[in-house]
Amino acid sequence: MVTITPMASFTRGFTGRSRAPRDPRLPPGQYDAGSEWPVLTAEPTPRLDVGRWTFRVEGLVETPTTWTWDELHVLPGSTYEGDIHCVTTWSKLGMTWRGVSVDTLLAAAVPQPGATHVMAFSHTGYTTNLPLPDVTGGKAWVSWHVDGRDLPVEHGGPARLLVPHLYFWKSAKWVAGLRLMDHDEPGFWERNGYHDRGDPWTEQRYQGD
Amino acid sequence: MTAPGAPRLTPSRPMPWVEARVVAVRPETPTARTLRLALPRAVPFLAGQHLVVRLTAPDGYTAQRSYSIASAPDGSAEVEITVERLPDGEVSAFLCDVVEPGDALEVRGPIGGWFVWRGDTPALLVGAGSGVVPLMSMLRHARRTGREDLLRVLVSVRRPADLYYDGELQGPVTTVAYTREAPDGVDPAAGRPVGRLTVADVEPLLRAGATAYVCGSPGFADTATDLLMGAGVPADAIRVERFGPTG
Repeated sequence: MVTITPMASFTRGFTGRSRAPRDPRLPPGQYDAGSEWPVLTAEPTPRLDVGRWTFRVEGLVETPTTWTWDELHVLPGSTYEGDIHCVTTWSKLGMTWRGVSVDTLLAAAVPQPGATHVMAFSHTGYTTNLPLPDVTGGKAWVSWHVDGRDLPVEHGGPARLLVPHLYFWKSAKWVAGLRLMDHDEPGFWERNGYHDRGDPWTEQRYQGD
Repeated sequence: MTAPGAPRLTPSRPMPWVEARVVAVRPETPTARTLRLALPRAVPFLAGQHLVVRLTAPDGYTAQRSYSIASAPDGSAEVEITVERLPDGEVSAFLCDVVEPGDALEVRGPIGGWFVWRGDTPALLVGAGSGVVPLMSMLRHARRTGREDLLRVLVSVRRPADLYYDGELQGPVTTVAYTREAPDGVDPAAGRPVGRLTVADVEPLLRAGATAYVCGSPGFADTATDLLMGAGVPADAIRVERFGPTG
């Protein structure tokens, strides 16, 4: 028989790491992974050939468009300098990512007026859903270069979606395209208990948060 | 990963934070320990799911980490997690070295609807290190329901002292592969040679239509999935959980 007592205000004996004043770049519940970059993926790591790699914008757009690896690289480049946050509570601060802005890709495909959400999909079949405003206005990229090197395959190379203001499962590894939709529907992790939007600053980790 | 192996919808809303009482602790290896937790009420979960544990310091600092459930989903309000003590592991060291029976821990869950086994389909479980924890929940579930025949289990471990769940990872459906040192009294000329997993370890365990569940470090997960795919297992029949050094 368990006696239920009010939630303890702190955990007996726990002080945590000796720590500097908390970095204001860390959202609640996150810690600075420093030089570590954990790998958390639900599927086998694919080996994708950039000679056959493509990225596609489809669904509710005026001009469904597919880019090859070389075609993507001649688009105007864009850089993100900042932080990323994984739902498993690590963050990496002060990264530099290079690629192409999703705005540039959508400008070519031209979203129809009814488009409200996107489903990002990967060459592996992975999916993740995002409100359209979360991937427009300079908030999202397709990126293939990080901190001075090509994006390693275990981190989604040759290219992944980068939506750094949301938890990082939204930044689909091995991204293959975006499908514009007139409604929201859950992607892979969202069907499996994770939040539909995933804002780290309000700790939208799981369904119901 | 989407079409043929698409998961059925899962009860996906985890319970809010609750206070769990530690009712027992048990060493598994020199660096890992099982905690038995009493929840305020029974929480339905699937074998393979995990809980989040949150610790709060007196100054309000919190740290939370995910730990797979090791016990079978048996309807009980008590569940077990196994924690590997990581170097500099802020949470894992606390759970391995400081926590005692009677302590309270904040937990929420269950989390995760992908790396789960529902107990009614053939599966090959491949794990190393703390990656055996969710697989143990699956194996215990199978034994509890009399469906051990559905499973094949392959565990990679450096040496006997590193093997979790003493005695339970034995039996007709389990294979333990020692990579550095075999148990005492085992004739090295007989049976499997000491060394890393090879395709020879995997091939006898393959069955058409089985789903493979691979769990361990990122390096182990990649090695094991490469072996499985090399042996003909389709990528969309492999589910992977990578345990990172997240402290």
